[in-house]
Amino acid sequence: MKITVDMDKCIGAGLCVVAAPQVFAQNDDDGLVIVLNENPPADQHEAVREAARLCPALVIHLQDDND
Amino acid sequence: MTDSEIVIVGAGQAGYQLAGALRDAGHRGQLVLIGDEAELPYQRPPLSKAFLSGAIGAEALTFQQPVHFESKGIDLRIGTRAERLDRVGRRLILADGSDIGYDKLVLATGAANRVLPGSEGIDGVHSIRTIADARAIRERLERSRNAVVIGGGFLGLEFAAVAREWGLAVSIVEAGPRLMGRAISQPMAEAFRAHHVALGSQLFLQAKVRRLIAEAGEISAVELEDEILLPADLVVVGIGVEPHVALARDAGIDCDNGIVVDDRLATSDPSIFALGDCAVFPSRFALQPSRLESIQNAMDQARHLAAVLTGKPAAYDAVPWFWSDQGGAKLQIAGLAQGTDREVLRGDVSGMKFSVFCYRGDRLVAVESANRPADHMAARRLLTAGLSPTPEQAADPGFDLKSLFAAAQPAA
Repeated sequence: MKITVDMDKCIGAGLCVVAAPQVFAQNDDDGLVIVLNENPPADQHEAVREAARLCPALVIHLQDDND
Repeated sequence: MTDSEIVIVGAGQAGYQLAGALRDAGHRGQLVLIGDEAELPYQRPPLSKAFLSGAIGAEALTFQQPVHFESKGIDLRIGTRAERLDRVGRRLILADGSDIGYDKLVLATGAANRVLPGSEGIDGVHSIRTIADARAIRERLERSRNAVVIGGGFLGLEFAAVAREWGLAVSIVEAGPRLMGRAISQPMAEAFRAHHVALGSQLFLQAKVRRLIAEAGEISAVELEDEILLPADLVVVGIGVEPHVALARDAGIDCDNGIVVDDRLATSDPSIFALGDCAVFPSRFALQPSRLESIQNAMDQARHLAAVLTGKPAAYDAVPWFWSDQGGAKLQIAGLAQGTDREVLRGDVSGMKFSVFCYRGDRLVAVESANRPADHMAARRLLTAGLSPTPEQAADPGFDLKSLFAAAQPAA
């Protein structure tokens, strides 16, 4: 799984951090998303998918490996 | 209390989040989530943005598949309308005549878009609230040339920006003297007016619609009161909402432009709660009990009510924030600009990267930020902590707003 984010559209809602705290954080200054691990391990995939679904600005994009 | 039967009426953002949060908080009893739309619970903010622009499909809006609700023990019933409330018998009566018993009932019934009088039954006149609404508009966008937006609020302006992307000629008709009405300050409204003009929309402020003109049942033009005739093959109406209160009001629960709740989100019946778009609640950030329509309000109240219902009662105290995305301009608002008497600008106004700090007396009560997320995040924290920079500090781009937090920290 590969994570990309659209920083221009991020609004700092912070829902991704609640859903997947091991993968997402918020910048202290502007609240915008920080991806801690662009290639999260398999045990984080479900949490990351939930984060992407919950994001009200839909800025988290996921690319699944075909393995 | 954790084993009680909880029924949530309304499967929008607030109802959906509450159901999940209740399970996360350890609620073990029966949990029923009722929604009157045919769709699985989905999020609405992208409907007027990415969904209309064509960037995403409806499936991207769905929160979870049925298997998720089953695994969490959430009895999700979509396509189901609640008809009536029997408070004495603690039963919710559904449209099909069946009923569900409850120990605690939560009303997350949301709101409905106001209908423009005289627009009923005309093809091509739409509003945006549900996936079904947005689908109909998207289909229409592909074959329309002239869009008229009635109401210059967040929803109408987001649609206007998308319609310009689709190449339509766009006219925005607003009854008030400025865009986004009382929700934002004059300087920010002016910046967004200029932004929409630059995007190519035509603006009509202090303009009233006299009538909609249809040909063979299809919209063909919008006539304004000063005789201006705007050709239209797509009209989007965004003139505010009415909260869904009938279920509560008919059962004798206090309502006043919404379902009235206390700081625990309880209604006048202690077994019944309300949250989200339909609830009027007290807040230290507002001059009087208020009803807020926002993602923040739905999310924070859902988390809060989950705690209350699982035995951790506390007063709801989250700072309100809002956002809108209009043709590449990101507007973020923290706090509520009620009764303000001073506005201070910070940043680059002509470059559309600035904030408006709104004061009531010496007290900072709201900050509106255009493409200045750091100001917005600082504002959320300042307002939560009850800290106010002086107007001089707010206007000084060299002043670090975060230094106020450090100053407010007790010495270790």
